Amino acid sequence: MNFEFTEEQLMIRDAARDFAQRELLPGVIERDEKSEYPTEQVKRLADLGFLGMLVGLEYDGGGMDTISYVLAMEEISKVDSSVSVIMSVNNSLVCWGVEKYGTEAQKQKFLKPMARGEKIGAFLLSEPEAGSDATSQRTTAVDMGDHYLINGTKNWITNGKSASTYIVMAQTHPELKHKGINALLIDSKSEGITVGPHENKMGMRASDTCSVMFNNVKVPKENRLGEEGFGFKLAMQSLEGGRIGIASQALGIASGAYELALKYAQERKAFGKEIIHHQAIAFKLADMAVEIEAARFFCLKAAWLKDQGKPYGQASAMAKLYAAETAMKVTTEAVQIHGGYGYVKEYHVERLMRDAKLTQIYEGTSEIQKIVISRGLMD
Amino acid sequence: MKILVCTSNVPDTTTKVKFKEDNTLFDDSGVQWIINPWDELALTRALELKEDAGNSVDEVSVINVGGAQTDATLRKALAIGADKAFRIDACAADAYYVAGQIAAYLKENPFDIVFSGIESSDYNGSSVGAMIAEFMNYSGVSSVTSVNIEGDDVILYRAIPGGKQKIKAGVPLVAVVQKGIAKEPRIPAMRGIMMARKKPLEVMPAKEMEMLTKSVKFELPKAKGACKMIDAGHVEQLVELLKNEAKVL
Repeated sequence: MNFEFTEEQLMIRDAARDFAQRELLPGVIERDEKSEYPTEQVKRLADLGFLGMLVGLEYDGGGMDTISYVLAMEEISKVDSSVSVIMSVNNSLVCWGVEKYGTEAQKQKFLKPMARGEKIGAFLLSEPEAGSDATSQRTTAVDMGDHYLINGTKNWITNGKSASTYIVMAQTHPELKHKGINALLIDSKSEGITVGPHENKMGMRASDTCSVMFNNVKVPKENRLGEEGFGFKLAMQSLEGGRIGIASQALGIASGAYELALKYAQERKAFGKEIIHHQAIAFKLADMAVEIEAARFFCLKAAWLKDQGKPYGQASAMAKLYAAETAMKVTTEAVQIHGGYGYVKEYHVERLMRDAKLTQIYEGTSEIQKIVISRGLMD
Repeated sequence: MKILVCTSNVPDTTTKVKFKEDNTLFDDSGVQWIINPWDELALTRALELKEDAGNSVDEVSVINVGGAQTDATLRKALAIGADKAFRIDACAADAYYVAGQIAAYLKENPFDIVFSGIESSDYNGSSVGAMIAEFMNYSGVSSVTSVNIEGDDVILYRAIPGGKQKIKAGVPLVAVVQKGIAKEPRIPAMRGIMMARKKPLEVMPAKEMEMLTKSVKFELPKAKGACKMIDAGHVEQLVELLKNEAKVL
């Protein structure tokens, strides 16, 4: 076993840290308050290559490994999860599927601009009545010979408004149930697409989360990813990798809150000494540090398995479950350590606590992760 | 035109400074190394000059005198955009030795402009750039806040008390640069990090040279006193404390 990062991995971590501290921290509170999409910050994320860092160099990506991705996601998420979720969705849920299963023409047309960050991708799986039960897709892709005709509504779509390219899961053969679902690459400006308003969320308020409605949208047959009926499998495989991204995001939220709480506890005095010297606070910080370190190992293990070409679905589910639960617990404690200051926006930890909640819900709730893990135990 | 940027490998500015061997050596265990911030700004400006199609800068290299632990920061410089990196393999004890080694390299490998940060954030010697100019008999301009190239001339501004001085100089030249030379250091992009793998990082043996200084002992400054917070509405209390307690008024 080797617990040392390579020089390159450390350089990527430091680059992400510098970017987050220098360019994301100023204005993060205001963007959250106003639910303002981080346009300039996403442009810089693209310039630095983070939006396509996992895509191969031959398709204009960064050609980086998943370990580096975990390190970068953690650093960016310490400061602004609304930005890191954009990076995670583009890398893990959209670019990954096109790079792995797309035709050469699809890669040239759709993958390259997304890897360069000139265009953003979105992954459209959830529906008003199909969240955790993703097999119950109501959106239809009727086979019209040379094209599919799409009708239906997708919900909770990260990058819904800002994305230029959608991967849409839609049912073509209802009689085959989930084996009748196709994954289609769709230009978000296609005729018949309506994007709903930005959801007024509890956390990660600056990322654009919208509903997307499809009304007789024509999609050429060549835009289907993989074989006929491969859509559900592609979605599940994409989510396996996506979970590493969200687990790393949760890890970053937790470690960001912990670092703030540690600093505050070393400065804030009560009863004649810094509060870190009170055992009630010191033990909280010790617990937080232990759980964050464990979450980090889960994330890195899943990333390592993926980089080695080994199965990582079980490991990524464990990482996502543990890191999300840790993020919620650690951010709650960070607010508690800050006392009254923790409850106001200026000190950041209340925002991190609101952001943490979403990591327990999206890309598979904690309960869904337990289903994945327990099914894995029976294999 | 070729630019050489001298870089120092320094502990991260948040490092907790400790000493070892009876306080005669800096304890570098667990230290995170970074490019000296002034040198990083110098590199940023050198790259801006190269990217500006209006002048003839076509190569930017970085050089460091140090051990293998400095390779990581040299590779970062390559990732940021430097074309080549050179390391003179030595454990440098003073500015004279560093400047002498870089000058020896320059004698065999001439550059048009040499950038050196005004000081390094570890030992703050503020001497290497001026010494290189002296060793090489190059023009040397200190406290430079702006560098531009106009034809064959280098236009520099340097900070002087109460204002700034404009200097026109020919090459070869050593510019000792300070804050203002570039807006902020660059963050390496993913593509730059990948490309850095293929760029040359040449390690050369040091020339025989005497070291003129030896550190006898290091001491840490006294710990700062606790910070007193005065309510914004009580300026008279602040004045009273500055006058009678801090005795600075």
